[in-house]
Amino acid sequence: MAFDHDVVVLGAGLAGMRAGLEAARSGADVAIVSKVHPVRSHSNAAQGGINAALAPEDSWELHAFDTVKGADYLADQDAVEILCREAPGDIIELEHMGVVFYRDEEGKLGTRAFGGASRARTYFVGDITGQALLYTLYDQILKAGVRVYEEWFATSLVVAEGACRGLIALDMLHGDIHLLRAKAVIVCTGGIGRVFEPSTNALICTGDGMSLAYRAGAPLMDMEMVQYHPTTLKGSGFLLSEAARGEGAYLLNAAGERFMERYAPKSLELASRDVVSRAETKEIAQGRGVDGCVLLDCRHLGKDVIMRKLPQIHELALDFAGVDMITDPVPIRPGMHYAMGGIKTDVDGKTRVPGLYAAGECACVSLHGGNRLGANSLLDTLVFGRRAGREAAARAMETEPSKHGENVLADEQRRLRALLERPYLGETHARLRLEMGTAMDRYVAVERDAGGLAKALEEIRTLRERYERVSVGDKGRIYNQALTFVLELGFMLDCADAAVRSAIARTESRGAQYRTDFPERNDAEWLKHVLIVHGRSDPEYLPVTITRWQPEARTY
Amino acid sequence: MEWTVVVGRYNPEEPTEPDESLPGPPPPFARGFPKSYQEYAVDLPPHAAVLDALIYIREYVDESLVVRCACRSAICGSCAMWINGHANLACKSRLDKFAVDGKVTVEVAPSMRAVKDLVWDMTAFWQKHRAVMPWLEEKGPVPEREYRVPAAAMENLVQEVSCISCGACLMDCESFAVNPDFLGPHALAKAYRYADDPRDAATEDRLTRYSEPRSGIWECTHCYECVQQCPKGVAPMDQILKLRRMAVQAGQTDNNGTRHADAFADSVRHTGRLDELALVPKSYGIFNIGANLKQLPGAWNLLRAGKLLSMLHGPIPGVQRIRDVFDKVGGRFGGRRDGEAIDAYDRPFHRL
Repeated sequence: MAFDHDVVVLGAGLAGMRAGLEAARSGADVAIVSKVHPVRSHSNAAQGGINAALAPEDSWELHAFDTVKGADYLADQDAVEILCREAPGDIIELEHMGVVFYRDEEGKLGTRAFGGASRARTYFVGDITGQALLYTLYDQILKAGVRVYEEWFATSLVVAEGACRGLIALDMLHGDIHLLRAKAVIVCTGGIGRVFEPSTNALICTGDGMSLAYRAGAPLMDMEMVQYHPTTLKGSGFLLSEAARGEGAYLLNAAGERFMERYAPKSLELASRDVVSRAETKEIAQGRGVDGCVLLDCRHLGKDVIMRKLPQIHELALDFAGVDMITDPVPIRPGMHYAMGGIKTDVDGKTRVPGLYAAGECACVSLHGGNRLGANSLLDTLVFGRRAGREAAARAMETEPSKHGENVLADEQRRLRALLERPYLGETHARLRLEMGTAMDRYVAVERDAGGLAKALEEIRTLRERYERVSVGDKGRIYNQALTFVLELGFMLDCADAAVRSAIARTESRGAQYRTDFPERNDAEWLKHVLIVHGRSDPEYLPVTITRWQPEARTY
Repeated sequence: MEWTVVVGRYNPEEPTEPDESLPGPPPPFARGFPKSYQEYAVDLPPHAAVLDALIYIREYVDESLVVRCACRSAICGSCAMWINGHANLACKSRLDKFAVDGKVTVEVAPSMRAVKDLVWDMTAFWQKHRAVMPWLEEKGPVPEREYRVPAAAMENLVQEVSCISCGACLMDCESFAVNPDFLGPHALAKAYRYADDPRDAATEDRLTRYSEPRSGIWECTHCYECVQQCPKGVAPMDQILKLRRMAVQAGQTDNNGTRHADAFADSVRHTGRLDELALVPKSYGIFNIGANLKQLPGAWNLLRAGKLLSMLHGPIPGVQRIRDVFDKVGGRFGGRRDGEAIDAYDRPFHRL
């Protein structure tokens, strides 16, 4: 079947719902398409909080400087200025929508400290901030009556006559493939966690939108910038929020030493994430780790603070590592967490494909450059989700309804049927994904070099060949996850390939890209973004926009 | 370690007759569907979760097995299901804690409709969520900055905000099992979160809506299943009891629920025990002949089972001490002294 809307948003996390809400407010007929129910989206997992310079002793300039410095000067400063100027308004709006933000004694919004920030400007709800925001936005979507196609899995974008005209999606509950025609499509599908194994990300973070946009002609930018979070739980790799360190937790090595004193004498545990993750990796490599980990020590915070402000991570450590952080330090290690790179957009979410927009983690404006600061990602989703929603609605108002897509729908139906009917040829999606994830975590992690990256590239190339022989182990129509997993693997291989090629191209160390063979930052040559364009083997480059903060040495 | 995972399977495209030969908890109240049980052997460490086993099966043993899951860490709320006959999050249930003789049984809760295998139809769940108006209604023009509200008022709501909408509470809700119209623990907990938000302007409307017969707060039977099964400590029943207190305070007392509670407390206050016979007419109203007659078969069964203590309901010895307790607690059922706030509505039931 075919459905018509002005604006179709792909993804129902914070960016998607904020974009959908804004487009609806602008008068557009909006539909949100998501492969999971909106509240299952990975925005849920953001624990620590959301940044804004709201306090009188703070300023948007300070927030912007912290962000630019945290980004190791790879962020586009005009975009960062917008992010930080508009942040207070978005926080206040969320509060008015009903988010139960933590209050101080006067009943005003209260803050906590966060890594890489020169002021305490992180607003929060316990350690479930993302969840609190996600539910509030979902309820706003209900209130506004925005249509949500739940558990619809997008398989491709419709591009005709030089513009994006909608998308094709599989209704998982019923097993039908549909065409959603639109005058503008906003991609808000989040990150690429599953490209790496392990990762803090949910199983649904498979880079769908990045790959779809890439295949539709939108370049992917700065894909080498993959953030390893300093505190992920031993074994499972689950995230323990930076909020723990924000509340004063220590990082200890095997000798019980606060090793961050040697790496970031001023900020210690609250240096930016790339710095802390590199320090941990060094400690472990030099034999001062405990079983491949270092320790997160919260004991001195006391039971009251832990239970009141960090209850969820207390529960996580207890359930999934068997450690009670009130009485024992928790073994943690750096783990893949966030993609700073993504679909290249301008400050209004526009990609290079007319009618195609992107916002949130899947987009690269670029705000986070080489390293994202904690509590800036939630902010990114709201500010740029809103801006993309407004811009997409404006385009929809001046665009004629599309008549395209029926042929793409027929093609997709044929393609998926052929995939379903492919006989078993010895390859499964799970095995290939694990091999990809393991290779990425080995060669494209905290430390990289030319040799490892070449191996990763070769591995991805081989996996792509083998992907053509992957079969679908479920032949049914209803809720065929085997089919969607195979499609997701295809998306992930695109993202992995782009990340490796970008990492190879950038022959310097900056932010999350630490090249042991090029250990220094090279501002003379590398104040530029790396863009990977579909169908082209060589990357494209764009200069970094610098407005008022000239690059300087980065110390914490 | 070797584990056996018994999965209640259902494929709408190939409906099967239930396989009675395999173990599986018998549904106490089935709105169910035909399903068969399939056993899978998996090799996983003791601390692995039931979900790890299911993911392993789905990835390496049987790609046709489907289960909703995303975060694997009890945050996204996708993987609630019946595990050994009770609702739980599969990701939070460790094999070593749940397996009996190395065996664990998972299936869609029988009070829910299965879509396929462990994926269940959440339509009703979300309709109930939507029905409680889960959003703030603004009080006039919004302030320029944030609303100034007491920190404690916000912290009080965080317990409900921790809800991950997994549906475990509704799966095991005794009231929902017999009355699909009941809004259910998750939705009423959400209802409390908005009703007691100092920024909300619609409290009165809400309390009227939430007090509706058949769907509202008085349909809860205090069975504690939701408190027990909630993986996030939301304690939905506690939120429902807070709503009841708010509703009674706001004058929403013209309903069977309040009358029932009043009759209950009155009986205990005056005689030291429950007068089952008087409870019915006092709850439904003495002139509501139809409703009273409907209870007769139940009363007859109680009588036969010796559960109706005495037709002549007199006070127990020392009843004055019970009355003293009521007076000390105060509130609606206490000494009813003039000007005393009605603030302890539910205490005689649940705090003593």
